[in-house]
Amino acid sequence: MHFNVNGRPVDVEADIRTSLLDLLREHLQLFGTKKGCNQGACGACTVLVDGARINSCLALAVQYQNRDVVTIEGVGVPGSLHPLQQAFVDHDGLQCGYCTPGQICSALGMMEEYARGVPSTITGDLAAAAMVLDHDEIRERMSGNLCRCGAYNGIVAAIRQTFADEQAKVLNGPAAR
Amino acid sequence: MTPFRYEAPLDTPAAVILGAARGAKYLGGGTNLVDLMHETIARPDSTVAVSRLAGEIADADDGGLIIGAGVKNTAIAADRRVRERFPFLAQAILSGASGQIRNMATVGGNIMQRTRCVYFFDGGASCNKRAPGAGCDAIGGLHRNHAILGASTACVATHPSDMCVALAALGATLTVHGPGGARTLPIVGFHRLPGETPHIETLLQPGELITAVRLPKLPFAKNSAYRKVRDRASYAFALLSVAAAMELDGGRIADVRIAFGGVAHRPWRALKAEAALRDGPATEEAFHAAAAAELADARPLRDNGFKVELANRTLIAVLGQLAGAAG
Repeated sequence: MHFNVNGRPVDVEADIRTSLLDLLREHLQLFGTKKGCNQGACGACTVLVDGARINSCLALAVQYQNRDVVTIEGVGVPGSLHPLQQAFVDHDGLQCGYCTPGQICSALGMMEEYARGVPSTITGDLAAAAMVLDHDEIRERMSGNLCRCGAYNGIVAAIRQTFADEQAKVLNGPAAR
Repeated sequence: MTPFRYEAPLDTPAAVILGAARGAKYLGGGTNLVDLMHETIARPDSTVAVSRLAGEIADADDGGLIIGAGVKNTAIAADRRVRERFPFLAQAILSGASGQIRNMATVGGNIMQRTRCVYFFDGGASCNKRAPGAGCDAIGGLHRNHAILGASTACVATHPSDMCVALAALGATLTVHGPGGARTLPIVGFHRLPGETPHIETLLQPGELITAVRLPKLPFAKNSAYRKVRDRASYAFALLSVAAAMELDGGRIADVRIAFGGVAHRPWRALKAEAALRDGPATEEAFHAAAAAELADARPLRDNGFKVELANRTLIAVLGQLAGAAG
Protein backbone atom coordinates (compact mmCIF):
# COMPACT_ATOMS: atom_id res chain seq x y z
CA MET A 1 0.00 0.00 0.00
CA HIS A 2 1.23 3.48 -0.89
CA PHE A 3 0.64 6.64 1.13
CA ASN A 4 2.03 10.13 1.50
CA VAL A 5 2.65 10.60 5.20
CA ASN A 6 3.79 14.00 6.45
CA GLY A 7 4.94 14.88 2.95
CA ARG A 8 6.94 11.69 2.49
CA PRO A 9 5.95 8.85 0.14
CA VAL A 10 5.82 5.50 1.94
CA ASP A 11 5.12 1.96 0.83
CA VAL A 12 3.91 -0.47 3.45
CA GLU A 13 3.09 -4.14 3.40
CA ALA A 14 0.31 -4.75 5.88
CA ASP A 15 -2.57 -7.10 6.55
CA ILE A 16 -5.80 -5.92 4.95
CA ARG A 17 -7.32 -5.62 8.45
CA THR A 18 -4.82 -2.95 9.53
CA SER A 19 -6.37 0.32 10.62
CA LEU A 20 -4.77 3.57 9.54
CA LEU A 21 -3.96 4.11 13.22
CA ASP A 22 -2.08 0.80 13.54
CA LEU A 23 -0.36 1.43 10.23
CA LEU A 24 0.98 4.75 11.51
CA ARG A 25 2.03 3.43 14.89
CA GLU A 26 3.09 -0.15 14.26
CA HIS A 27 4.41 0.00 10.70
CA LEU A 28 5.70 3.57 10.42
CA GLN A 29 6.69 4.05 14.08
CA LEU A 30 4.82 7.33 14.24
CA PHE A 31 3.79 7.10 17.87
CA GLY A 32 2.38 10.63 18.18
CA THR A 33 -1.06 9.48 17.06
CA LYS A 34 -2.65 7.78 20.07
CA LYS A 35 -4.93 4.80 20.51
CA GLY A 36 -7.50 5.73 23.13
CA CYS A 37 -10.81 3.90 22.76
CA ASN A 38 -10.19 2.36 19.31
CA GLN A 39 -13.91 2.78 18.57
CA GLY A 40 -14.32 6.36 17.43
CA ALA A 41 -15.47 7.75 20.75
CA CYS A 42 -12.45 9.71 22.06
CA GLY A 43 -10.67 11.38 19.13
CA ALA A 44 -7.12 10.63 20.37
CA CYS A 45 -6.35 9.01 16.99
CA THR A 46 -7.37 12.04 14.92
CA VAL A 47 -5.22 12.66 11.83
CA LEU A 48 -5.68 14.76 8.70
CA VAL A 49 -6.29 13.06 5.35
CA ASP A 50 -6.18 15.45 2.41
CA GLY A 51 -6.71 18.17 5.03
CA ALA A 52 -9.84 16.63 6.57
CA ARG A 53 -9.80 15.33 10.15
CA ILE A 54 -10.79 11.71 10.62
CA ASN A 55 -10.60 9.03 13.31
CA SER A 56 -7.75 6.81 12.13
CA CYS A 57 -8.93 3.94 14.38
CA LEU A 58 -12.12 3.51 12.32
CA ALA A 59 -10.28 3.83 9.02
CA LEU A 60 -9.02 0.73 7.26
CA ALA A 61 -5.64 1.77 5.90
CA VAL A 62 -6.42 0.12 2.59
CA GLN A 63 -9.21 2.66 2.02
CA TYR A 64 -6.77 5.56 2.26
CA GLN A 65 -4.12 4.42 -0.21
CA ASN A 66 -2.45 7.19 -2.21
CA ARG A 67 -3.86 9.88 0.08
CA ASP A 68 -2.00 12.63 1.95
CA VAL A 69 -1.91 11.81 5.66
CA VAL A 70 -0.68 14.34 8.23
CA THR A 71 0.00 13.30 11.83
CA ILE A 72 1.19 15.39 14.76
CA GLU A 73 4.78 14.65 13.65
CA GLY A 74 4.00 16.52 10.43
CA VAL A 75 2.45 19.50 12.21
CA GLY A 76 5.53 20.59 14.11
CA VAL A 77 8.58 19.27 15.94
CA PRO A 78 10.48 20.46 19.04
CA GLY A 79 12.32 23.64 18.15
CA SER A 80 9.90 24.30 15.32
CA LEU A 81 6.45 24.06 16.85
CA HIS A 82 3.30 24.97 14.98
CA PRO A 83 1.78 28.11 16.55
CA LEU A 84 -1.12 25.99 17.78
CA GLN A 85 1.27 23.64 19.57
CA GLN A 86 2.97 26.60 21.24
CA ALA A 87 -0.43 27.99 22.22
CA PHE A 88 -1.35 24.69 23.88
CA VAL A 89 1.81 25.05 25.98
CA ASP A 90 1.14 28.71 26.76
CA HIS A 91 -2.51 28.15 27.78
CA ASP A 92 -2.06 24.88 29.68
CA GLY A 93 -4.14 23.12 27.05
CA LEU A 94 -3.00 19.78 28.39
CA GLN A 95 -2.11 17.91 31.53
CA CYS A 96 -1.16 14.31 30.77
CA GLY A 97 -0.88 15.03 27.05
CA TYR A 98 -2.38 11.78 25.77
CA CYS A 99 -5.24 13.45 23.91
CA THR A 100 -3.13 16.40 22.71
CA PRO A 101 -1.97 15.15 19.29
CA GLY A 102 -5.59 14.34 18.45
CA GLN A 103 -6.78 17.68 19.81
CA ILE A 104 -4.27 19.59 17.68
CA CYS A 105 -4.94 17.67 14.47
CA SER A 106 -8.67 18.00 15.11
CA ALA A 107 -8.40 21.76 15.68
CA LEU A 108 -6.47 22.18 12.42
CA GLY A 109 -9.17 20.24 10.57
CA MET A 110 -11.88 22.16 12.38
CA MET A 111 -10.35 25.47 11.29
CA GLU A 112 -10.24 24.31 7.69
CA GLU A 113 -13.95 23.41 7.92
CA TYR A 114 -14.73 26.79 9.46
CA ALA A 115 -12.76 28.63 6.77
CA ARG A 116 -14.82 27.03 4.02
CA GLY A 117 -18.08 27.80 5.79
CA VAL A 118 -19.14 24.47 7.30
CA PRO A 119 -21.73 25.29 9.98
CA SER A 120 -22.22 23.49 13.30
CA THR A 121 -25.36 22.30 15.04
CA ILE A 122 -25.39 25.40 17.25
CA THR A 123 -24.90 27.83 14.36
CA GLY A 124 -28.07 29.89 14.56
CA ASP A 125 -28.52 30.97 10.96
CA LEU A 126 -27.50 28.18 8.59
CA ALA A 127 -27.94 30.45 5.61
CA ALA A 128 -25.49 33.05 6.93
CA ALA A 129 -22.29 33.50 4.95
CA ALA A 130 -19.92 33.46 7.92
CA MET A 131 -20.10 32.36 11.54
CA VAL A 132 -18.41 33.69 14.65
CA LEU A 133 -16.11 31.08 16.15
CA ASP A 134 -16.80 31.78 19.82
CA HIS A 135 -16.24 29.59 22.87
CA ASP A 136 -19.44 27.58 22.41
CA GLU A 137 -18.81 27.03 18.69
CA ILE A 138 -15.32 25.74 19.40
CA ARG A 139 -16.58 23.41 22.14
CA GLU A 140 -19.26 22.04 19.82
CA ARG A 141 -16.91 21.62 16.86
CA MET A 142 -14.27 19.97 19.06
CA SER A 143 -16.70 17.63 20.85
CA GLY A 144 -15.20 14.60 19.12
CA ASN A 145 -12.05 15.00 21.21
CA LEU A 146 -12.28 14.02 24.85
CA CYS A 147 -9.79 15.15 27.50
CA ARG A 148 -9.96 13.08 30.67
CA CYS A 149 -7.83 15.67 32.46
CA GLY A 150 -10.44 18.29 31.67
CA ALA A 151 -8.11 20.83 30.08
CA TYR A 152 -10.92 22.12 27.89
CA ASN A 153 -10.68 25.78 28.87
CA GLY A 154 -6.99 25.87 27.99
CA ILE A 155 -7.65 24.00 24.75
CA VAL A 156 -10.32 26.48 23.69
CA ALA A 157 -8.11 29.43 24.65
CA ALA A 158 -5.22 28.04 22.61
CA ILE A 159 -7.42 27.52 19.57
CA ARG A 160 -8.99 30.97 19.86
CA GLN A 161 -5.66 32.70 20.13
CA THR A 162 -4.07 30.81 17.27
CA PHE A 163 -6.89 31.29 14.84
CA ALA A 164 -7.99 34.82 15.71
CA ASP A 165 -6.42 36.16 12.54
CA GLU A 166 -7.90 33.41 10.41
CA GLN A 167 -11.33 34.14 11.83
CA ALA A 168 -10.97 37.85 11.17
CA LYS A 169 -10.22 37.03 7.54
CA VAL A 170 -13.35 34.92 7.28
CA LEU A 171 -15.57 37.50 8.94
CA ASN A 172 -14.19 40.54 7.13
CA GLY A 173 -13.35 38.98 3.80
CA PRO A 174 -15.55 38.49 0.76
CA ALA A 175 -18.77 36.97 2.07
CA ALA A 176 -19.25 34.53 -0.77
CA ARG A 177 -18.16 31.17 0.56
CA MET B 1 -11.27 -8.81 13.27
CA THR B 2 -11.80 -11.92 11.15
CA PRO B 3 -10.06 -12.10 7.76
CA PHE B 4 -11.88 -10.75 4.72
CA ARG B 5 -11.28 -9.92 1.08
CA TYR B 6 -11.19 -6.25 0.13
CA GLU B 7 -12.77 -5.17 -3.16
CA ALA B 8 -12.66 -1.66 -4.58
CA PRO B 9 -14.92 -1.62 -7.65
CA LEU B 10 -14.68 1.35 -10.00
CA ASP B 11 -18.40 1.71 -10.68
CA THR B 12 -21.86 0.68 -9.47
CA PRO B 13 -22.40 -2.25 -11.90
CA ALA B 14 -19.12 -3.80 -10.75
CA ALA B 15 -20.01 -3.10 -7.11
CA VAL B 16 -23.37 -4.89 -7.21
CA ILE B 17 -21.81 -8.00 -8.77
CA LEU B 18 -19.26 -8.12 -5.95
CA GLY B 19 -21.88 -7.16 -3.36
CA ALA B 20 -24.16 -10.03 -4.35
CA ALA B 21 -21.51 -12.59 -3.36
CA ARG B 22 -22.25 -14.65 -0.27
CA GLY B 23 -20.89 -12.99 2.88
CA ALA B 24 -20.18 -9.68 1.14
CA LYS B 25 -20.75 -6.33 2.88
CA TYR B 26 -20.70 -2.90 1.35
CA LEU B 27 -18.19 -0.62 3.08
CA GLY B 28 -18.78 3.14 3.10
CA GLY B 29 -16.79 5.34 5.45
CA GLY B 30 -16.43 2.43 7.85
CA THR B 31 -17.38 4.37 10.98
CA ASN B 32 -19.94 1.73 11.97
CA LEU B 33 -18.95 -1.38 10.02
CA VAL B 34 -15.25 -1.27 10.92
CA ASP B 35 -16.24 -0.82 14.57
CA LEU B 36 -18.51 -3.89 14.33
CA MET B 37 -15.72 -5.80 12.62
CA HIS B 38 -13.30 -4.88 15.43
CA GLU B 39 -15.80 -6.44 17.84
CA THR B 40 -16.34 -9.45 15.49
CA ILE B 41 -20.05 -8.68 15.52
CA ALA B 42 -19.74 -8.20 11.76
CA ARG B 43 -17.65 -10.93 10.12
CA PRO B 44 -17.91 -10.32 6.38
CA ASP B 45 -16.16 -12.66 3.94
CA SER B 46 -15.55 -9.64 1.74
CA THR B 47 -15.97 -5.89 1.96
CA VAL B 48 -16.91 -3.97 -1.15
CA ALA B 49 -15.71 -0.37 -0.83
CA VAL B 50 -18.27 2.02 -2.27
CA SER B 51 -17.42 5.27 -0.50
CA ARG B 52 -15.73 6.73 -3.57
CA LEU B 53 -18.69 6.01 -5.88
CA ALA B 54 -21.59 8.44 -6.32
CA GLY B 55 -20.08 11.42 -4.56
CA GLU B 56 -22.05 14.33 -6.03
CA ILE B 57 -24.99 16.49 -4.97
CA ALA B 58 -27.03 17.48 -8.03
CA ASP B 59 -30.12 19.59 -8.67
CA ALA B 60 -33.15 17.52 -9.69
CA ASP B 61 -35.40 18.70 -12.52
CA ASP B 62 -38.29 19.30 -10.10
CA GLY B 63 -36.36 21.61 -7.75
CA GLY B 64 -35.31 18.86 -5.39
CA LEU B 65 -31.82 17.49 -4.86
CA ILE B 66 -30.18 14.18 -5.67
CA ILE B 67 -27.47 13.21 -3.20
CA GLY B 68 -25.08 10.44 -4.21
CA ALA B 69 -24.84 7.72 -1.58
CA GLY B 70 -21.08 8.21 -1.29
CA VAL B 71 -21.36 11.88 -0.29
CA LYS B 72 -19.88 12.53 3.13
CA ASN B 73 -22.15 13.75 5.89
CA THR B 74 -20.13 16.97 6.23
CA ALA B 75 -20.56 17.74 2.55
CA ILE B 76 -24.37 17.61 2.76
CA ALA B 77 -24.52 19.80 5.84
CA ALA B 78 -22.17 22.31 4.21
CA ASP B 79 -24.07 22.43 0.90
CA ARG B 80 -25.70 25.81 0.51
CA ARG B 81 -28.74 24.37 -1.31
CA VAL B 82 -29.37 21.98 1.57
CA ARG B 83 -28.91 24.71 4.17
CA GLU B 84 -31.28 27.08 2.42
CA ARG B 85 -33.97 24.67 1.19
CA PHE B 86 -33.83 21.92 3.82
CA PRO B 87 -32.30 23.47 6.96
CA PHE B 88 -33.53 20.70 9.26
CA LEU B 89 -31.56 18.14 7.25
CA ALA B 90 -28.35 20.10 7.76
CA GLN B 91 -29.19 20.53 11.46
CA ALA B 92 -29.92 16.82 11.87
CA ILE B 93 -26.63 15.80 10.28
CA LEU B 94 -24.64 18.33 12.28
CA SER B 95 -26.19 17.12 15.52
CA GLY B 96 -24.96 13.58 14.89
CA ALA B 97 -21.57 12.08 15.73
CA SER B 98 -18.45 14.30 15.66
CA GLY B 99 -16.65 16.42 13.10
CA GLN B 100 -14.22 13.57 12.41
CA ILE B 101 -16.94 10.98 11.91
CA ARG B 102 -19.05 13.27 9.72
CA ASN B 103 -15.99 13.67 7.48
CA MET B 104 -15.78 9.88 7.06
CA ALA B 105 -19.38 8.70 7.09
CA THR B 106 -21.35 8.46 3.86
CA VAL B 107 -25.04 9.05 3.28
CA GLY B 108 -25.62 5.42 2.36
CA GLY B 109 -23.77 4.24 5.44
CA ASN B 110 -25.71 6.60 7.67
CA ILE B 111 -28.95 5.01 6.45
CA MET B 112 -27.58 1.46 6.83
CA GLN B 113 -25.94 1.92 10.25
CA ARG B 114 -26.86 -0.56 12.96
CA THR B 115 -28.47 0.09 16.33
CA ARG B 116 -26.26 1.12 19.25
CA CYS B 117 -28.17 -1.13 21.70
CA VAL B 118 -25.49 -2.22 24.17
CA TYR B 119 -26.68 -5.85 24.04
CA PHE B 120 -26.27 -5.90 20.26
CA PHE B 121 -22.64 -4.82 20.77
CA ASP B 122 -22.00 -7.30 23.61
CA GLY B 123 -21.20 -10.71 22.16
CA GLY B 124 -21.86 -12.29 25.57
CA ALA B 125 -25.46 -11.02 25.72
CA SER B 126 -28.60 -12.45 24.14
CA CYS B 127 -29.72 -10.52 21.08
CA ASN B 128 -32.22 -11.57 18.44
CA LYS B 129 -30.52 -9.30 15.92
CA ARG B 130 -27.18 -11.04 16.25
CA ALA B 131 -28.54 -14.53 16.82
CA PRO B 132 -32.21 -14.89 15.81
CA GLY B 133 -34.09 -16.81 18.50
CA ALA B 134 -31.51 -16.10 21.22
CA GLY B 135 -33.76 -13.72 23.12
CA CYS B 136 -33.43 -10.04 24.04
CA ASP B 137 -31.51 -8.97 27.11
CA ALA B 138 -32.59 -5.36 26.68
CA ILE B 139 -36.24 -6.00 27.55
CA GLY B 140 -35.43 -6.86 31.16
CA GLY B 141 -32.14 -4.97 31.24
CA LEU B 142 -30.77 -1.51 30.54
CA HIS B 143 -33.30 -0.07 28.12
CA ARG B 144 -33.55 3.56 29.06
CA ASN B 145 -32.51 4.49 25.49
CA HIS B 146 -34.81 2.02 23.78
CA ALA B 147 -37.99 2.12 21.73
CA ILE B 148 -41.42 3.28 22.85
CA LEU B 149 -43.16 2.87 19.49
CA GLY B 150 -43.42 -0.11 17.14
CA ALA B 151 -41.24 -2.47 19.19
CA SER B 152 -41.86 -6.19 19.63
CA THR B 153 -41.21 -8.90 22.21
CA ALA B 154 -38.19 -9.86 20.09
CA CYS B 155 -36.46 -6.46 19.92
CA VAL B 156 -36.75 -2.99 21.43
CA ALA B 157 -33.74 -1.40 19.70
CA THR B 158 -33.84 2.03 18.07
CA HIS B 159 -32.39 3.24 14.79
CA PRO B 160 -29.63 5.68 15.78
CA SER B 161 -29.52 8.05 12.80
CA ASP B 162 -30.32 11.75 13.06
CA MET B 163 -30.14 12.33 9.31
CA CYS B 164 -32.79 9.70 8.60
CA VAL B 165 -35.28 11.47 10.86
CA ALA B 166 -35.15 14.57 8.66
CA LEU B 167 -35.22 12.40 5.52
CA ALA B 168 -38.36 10.67 6.81
CA ALA B 169 -40.07 13.98 7.52
CA LEU B 170 -39.10 15.18 4.04
CA GLY B 171 -40.41 12.03 2.38
CA ALA B 172 -37.09 11.36 0.63
CA THR B 173 -36.73 8.42 -1.72
CA LEU B 174 -33.81 6.06 -2.17
CA THR B 175 -32.41 4.78 -5.44
CA VAL B 176 -31.05 1.27 -5.04
CA HIS B 177 -29.13 -0.84 -7.53
CA GLY B 178 -28.93 -4.60 -7.37
CA PRO B 179 -28.31 -7.66 -9.48
CA GLY B 180 -31.87 -7.30 -10.82
CA GLY B 181 -31.51 -3.63 -11.81
CA ALA B 182 -32.47 -0.35 -10.19
CA ARG B 183 -35.53 0.57 -8.17
CA THR B 184 -36.81 3.38 -5.98
CA LEU B 185 -37.92 3.02 -2.36
CA PRO B 186 -39.38 5.64 -0.01
CA ILE B 187 -37.26 6.19 3.11
CA VAL B 188 -40.49 5.97 5.13
CA GLY B 189 -40.90 2.24 5.56
CA PHE B 190 -37.43 1.40 4.26
CA HIS B 191 -36.39 0.44 7.79
CA ARG B 192 -38.59 -2.41 9.03
CA LEU B 193 -40.20 -2.70 12.41
CA PRO B 194 -38.61 -5.57 14.34
CA GLY B 195 -41.56 -7.97 14.62
CA GLU B 196 -40.26 -11.52 14.93
CA THR B 197 -37.33 -10.88 12.56
CA PRO B 198 -35.30 -7.98 13.98
CA HIS B 199 -32.22 -9.21 12.13
CA ILE B 200 -33.87 -8.16 8.85
CA GLU B 201 -33.60 -4.40 9.18
CA THR B 202 -34.44 -2.91 5.79
CA LEU B 203 -36.25 -3.67 2.54
CA LEU B 204 -32.96 -4.19 0.67
CA GLN B 205 -32.61 -7.55 -1.04
CA PRO B 206 -29.27 -9.37 -0.97
CA GLY B 207 -26.72 -7.51 -3.06
CA GLU B 208 -28.74 -4.31 -3.32
CA LEU B 209 -26.85 -1.06 -2.79
CA ILE B 210 -28.23 2.40 -2.04
CA THR B 211 -26.80 4.68 -4.72
CA ALA B 212 -28.68 7.94 -4.18
CA VAL B 213 -31.09 9.81 -1.94
CA ARG B 214 -33.61 12.04 -3.65
CA LEU B 215 -34.97 15.02 -1.74
CA PRO B 216 -38.31 16.14 -3.18
CA LYS B 217 -39.09 19.77 -3.80
CA LEU B 218 -40.76 20.98 -0.61
CA PRO B 219 -40.71 24.79 -0.47
CA PHE B 220 -42.09 24.98 3.06
CA ALA B 221 -39.11 22.95 4.33
CA LYS B 222 -37.44 26.37 4.54
CA ASN B 223 -39.45 26.62 7.75
CA SER B 224 -38.15 23.49 9.41
CA ALA B 225 -36.27 22.48 12.53
CA TYR B 226 -34.51 19.51 14.07
CA ARG B 227 -34.36 19.31 17.83
CA LYS B 228 -32.35 16.60 19.55
CA VAL B 229 -32.51 15.75 23.24
CA ARG B 230 -29.57 13.84 24.70
CA ASP B 231 -27.71 13.22 27.92
CA ARG B 232 -24.82 15.55 27.05
CA ALA B 233 -24.66 18.66 24.94
CA SER B 234 -22.78 17.15 22.01
CA TYR B 235 -21.50 13.89 20.54
CA ALA B 236 -24.17 11.60 21.96
CA PHE B 237 -26.98 9.62 20.40
CA ALA B 238 -30.48 10.98 20.78
CA LEU B 239 -32.70 10.01 23.65
CA LEU B 240 -35.27 11.50 21.37
CA SER B 241 -35.43 13.91 18.48
CA VAL B 242 -38.03 15.71 16.39
CA ALA B 243 -37.76 16.82 12.76
CA ALA B 244 -40.57 19.01 11.55
CA ALA B 245 -41.49 21.41 8.76
CA MET B 246 -44.56 23.63 8.70
CA GLU B 247 -46.43 25.69 6.10
CA LEU B 248 -48.66 28.36 7.54
CA ASP B 249 -51.49 30.22 5.85
CA GLY B 250 -52.44 32.97 8.26
CA GLY B 251 -53.00 31.19 11.57
CA ARG B 252 -53.86 27.93 9.81
CA ILE B 253 -51.52 25.02 9.19
CA ALA B 254 -51.64 24.38 5.45
CA ASP B 255 -49.17 21.50 5.59
CA VAL B 256 -46.85 19.89 8.09
CA ARG B 257 -44.26 17.12 8.22
CA ILE B 258 -43.13 15.45 11.43
CA ALA B 259 -40.81 12.59 12.32
CA PHE B 260 -39.37 11.34 15.61
CA GLY B 261 -35.93 9.84 16.18
CA GLY B 262 -34.78 7.68 19.08
CA VAL B 263 -38.22 6.19 19.66
CA ALA B 264 -38.39 3.20 17.32
CA HIS B 265 -36.61 0.66 15.13
CA ARG B 266 -37.04 3.15 12.30
CA PRO B 267 -37.17 6.92 11.96
CA TRP B 268 -40.80 7.41 13.00
CA ARG B 269 -42.88 9.46 10.61
CA ALA B 270 -45.71 10.87 12.72
CA LEU B 271 -48.59 10.64 10.27
CA LYS B 272 -51.26 10.75 12.98
CA ALA B 273 -49.88 13.98 14.39
CA GLU B 274 -49.65 15.44 10.89
CA ALA B 275 -53.27 14.52 10.11
CA ALA B 276 -54.42 16.08 13.37
CA LEU B 277 -52.71 19.37 12.50
CA ARG B 278 -53.30 19.73 8.77
CA ASP B 279 -55.88 22.40 7.88
CA GLY B 280 -56.26 23.27 11.54
CA PRO B 281 -55.21 26.23 13.67
CA ALA B 282 -51.58 26.67 14.75
CA THR B 283 -52.38 26.83 18.43
CA GLU B 284 -50.91 25.33 21.56
CA GLU B 285 -54.10 23.26 22.02
CA ALA B 286 -53.75 21.82 18.53
CA PHE B 287 -50.09 20.93 19.15
CA HIS B 288 -51.05 19.11 22.36
CA ALA B 289 -53.79 17.18 20.57
CA ALA B 290 -51.45 16.22 17.73
CA ALA B 291 -48.79 14.92 20.11
CA ALA B 292 -51.43 12.97 22.03
CA ALA B 293 -52.74 11.43 18.81
CA GLU B 294 -49.32 10.11 17.87
CA LEU B 295 -48.21 9.04 21.33
CA ALA B 296 -51.39 7.15 22.19
CA ASP B 297 -49.62 4.20 20.54
CA ALA B 298 -46.55 4.44 22.78
CA ARG B 299 -45.75 1.30 24.82
CA PRO B 300 -42.83 2.21 27.05
CA LEU B 301 -40.67 -0.31 28.88
CA ARG B 302 -39.94 -0.30 32.63
CA ASP B 303 -37.30 2.46 32.46
CA ASN B 304 -38.04 4.55 29.39
CA GLY B 305 -41.50 5.89 30.15
CA PHE B 306 -39.96 9.36 30.41
CA LYS B 307 -39.57 9.33 26.62
CA VAL B 308 -43.33 9.55 26.13
CA GLU B 309 -43.57 12.84 27.98
CA LEU B 310 -40.28 13.99 26.45
CA ALA B 311 -41.66 13.29 22.96
CA ASN B 312 -44.84 15.14 23.85
CA ARG B 313 -43.04 18.24 25.13
CA THR B 314 -40.36 18.29 22.43
CA LEU B 315 -42.89 18.05 19.62
CA ILE B 316 -45.04 20.81 21.12
CA ALA B 317 -41.96 23.02 21.51
CA VAL B 318 -40.79 22.48 17.94
CA LEU B 319 -44.25 23.12 16.49
CA GLY B 320 -44.47 26.30 18.55
CA GLN B 321 -41.07 27.40 17.26
CA LEU B 322 -42.09 26.80 13.62
CA ALA B 323 -45.45 28.54 14.06
CA GLY B 324 -43.69 31.53 15.62
CA ALA B 325 -40.96 31.70 12.99
CA ALA B 326 -43.38 31.74 10.07
CA GLY B 327 -46.14 33.72 11.75
